[in-house]
Amino acid sequence: MTGPVFSSSSPRTLRSPRLVFFPGAPWAWAVAAAVAAWSAPLRAQDTLRPPVEQGVRVGITYTPGLRPGLLVLGGPRRDLLDSVRAIVRRDLDDSDRFEMITLPGSDSLMVAVGAGMGAPAAGTKSGSFVNYALYQALGADYTVDVVDRPDSGIAVMVYDVKGGGVRKAIPVPVTDLKSPDFRFDVHRASDEVVRAAAGTPGIAATRILFENNRRVYRVDADGADAVAITQPGGGTMSPTWAPDGRRMVYSEQAGPIRRLVVVDVASGQRDVVGPTTTGVNFAPAFSPDGRTLAFSRSDEDGTHIYAYNLADHCCLQRLTAGRFSDNLSPTFSPDGRRIAFVSTRAGAPQIYAMSADGTEQELFAPFDYGVTGSSYAPEWSPDGLHLAFHRDVAGTYQIFVMDVASRSVRQLTSAGRNEDPTWAPDGRHLAFVSSRTGTRQIWVMDMDTGRVRQLTRLDGARLPSWSPRVSDTNHH
Amino acid sequence: MRRAMPLAFGIAVLAIAAACGGNPPPQAPQPNADSLAAAERARQDSLAREQAIRDSIERARREAEERIRRASEDSLAALRRGTEEVRGMVTAMINFDFDKSDIRPGDAQVLDRKLAVLQANPGLTIEIVGHCDERGSDEYNLALGNRRALSAKQYLVSRGIDAGRISTRSMGEEQPVNPGHDETAWAQNRRDEFGITAGGDVLMRPPGM
Repeated sequence: MTGPVFSSSSPRTLRSPRLVFFPGAPWAWAVAAAVAAWSAPLRAQDTLRPPVEQGVRVGITYTPGLRPGLLVLGGPRRDLLDSVRAIVRRDLDDSDRFEMITLPGSDSLMVAVGAGMGAPAAGTKSGSFVNYALYQALGADYTVDVVDRPDSGIAVMVYDVKGGGVRKAIPVPVTDLKSPDFRFDVHRASDEVVRAAAGTPGIAATRILFENNRRVYRVDADGADAVAITQPGGGTMSPTWAPDGRRMVYSEQAGPIRRLVVVDVASGQRDVVGPTTTGVNFAPAFSPDGRTLAFSRSDEDGTHIYAYNLADHCCLQRLTAGRFSDNLSPTFSPDGRRIAFVSTRAGAPQIYAMSADGTEQELFAPFDYGVTGSSYAPEWSPDGLHLAFHRDVAGTYQIFVMDVASRSVRQLTSAGRNEDPTWAPDGRHLAFVSSRTGTRQIWVMDMDTGRVRQLTRLDGARLPSWSPRVSDTNHH
Repeated sequence: MRRAMPLAFGIAVLAIAAACGGNPPPQAPQPNADSLAAAERARQDSLAREQAIRDSIERARREAEERIRRASEDSLAALRRGTEEVRGMVTAMINFDFDKSDIRPGDAQVLDRKLAVLQANPGLTIEIVGHCDERGSDEYNLALGNRRALSAKQYLVSRGIDAGRISTRSMGEEQPVNPGHDETAWAQNRRDEFGITAGGDVLMRPPGM
């Protein structure tokens, strides 16, 4: 036995709970299932485990595998389980909340037949799958598995290694790999795994809008399914999610003007925002209640921030004034009471804030006049604690985050040109544009660990907007 | 060409003189066959001569018309050439320094020519479109392009052009003239473009230009 392999894709803090994920090699599972089932014909009677949530009974999971029909049942089911397993594993890794421990297939089989090693599971047949003692020795806090349910569905199991029982069983509704909702249903289960193990849900069931070649694209938070969702030739920019995750707004070129269009994502229904049919309208932001749209407009009066009541289609209000400064790129605080924005009132563009009605304007992110680089594209974090933006450093842009309470500013990137950050709903991940590979692509960074991953691999991408958590499947 | 008409006219006059001078003086009424025939010949000759005169006049008229037509075509072409040249003055681009919207000294002369053309052609209206290079922040560039367009407009309006004759807009960095990613491309892309929106069919050259 060569011993278990620990793998970790990047250095982490030691605070992360350790998490063992069952390997996905199909043959390993088939053998493990057969061995386990053969030695445990009465698994359904298992009563040593704590009560399982939502009626999923752990232990009968591989009983069908014992029957002569194993191979018939096994083919597509194994594909499904393996696909789910791969997606969940990646989602959990991308959550950056766990130290992932990977066991090679052969070792896991050894582990699986090593009955008696795991204390709470010792002597129980199903315990051969969850060897708590071994996983504890490996440093794991949680173990995750994807299993069949008796009702022909599947479930993602979260085992508490120290506590020695099932922490949570999360049903995955979709059983068909070809279902358009398949991946997203699995992402939702992943987010529940994160909730069970880390206390706060993950961000796998979210999507990021961005622009490429003047079209709006959408990509899942794991980088899958990048698709254009507007037609070519629209000259689109600044796609932005509404807080309900059902609508988006973007800026599109229409002859000499740029107007804002609100689109219902599911139906494709388009509504041109009434007062944006003159001038160049761009960089929109929904208020947290979704009723107000703040946006920037460039026209003969310069560039200023306006607010429009979308709910009642009325009451266009200009929030900034002054002939000699540009004001743009509004972003609401999560309580809806403040708006941070970019202004050139002191010369170079810097970050300011004001009340949502335009009063109480103040400098927000401190800067040294003539020293600090120009600052752009602020976005307020969903928890209200931080403000992300990009700033000129030595002739290129880098991502910065300001702690709103202390107004202290910290630089997060240094490789290549990095700009236009957008917050994930967990308030710790940021998507942004980076040129570090040569072309502009969307990247994701975890603010806590500093870990980065590349999200898009297209011929270019810019101006990302991260969706809120999406609760229903009807999101495409 | 210019000599053709007097020449033709002279020949015609000579022909008439020769015809008159060559005839015997009229005699007493002693009509005979010979004299009748002679009279008839004379009448025929006279008709032919009249026809020749008419032909030559007609020819001269046509030639004159042709000359006038060509002359006016020449002047239309000249006018058209002039309009093209003046239009070139109107649409000449100006460029900007990085992240700046100030009019550069060299470009002030370019704007002064536009000023003169706008003054010489009161019906002319124009549009100024501000553009940026790709280095600036994408959304901020829409504001910067707007400022560049307004900057050129302000230059012209402050020198007496009615603000209503100049519209402005910004394309940010969305329409580069040079798709390159170096300083040469960026310098070309930081620009104002000028378009004619009305009154540009015939443009008068400003005095002294």
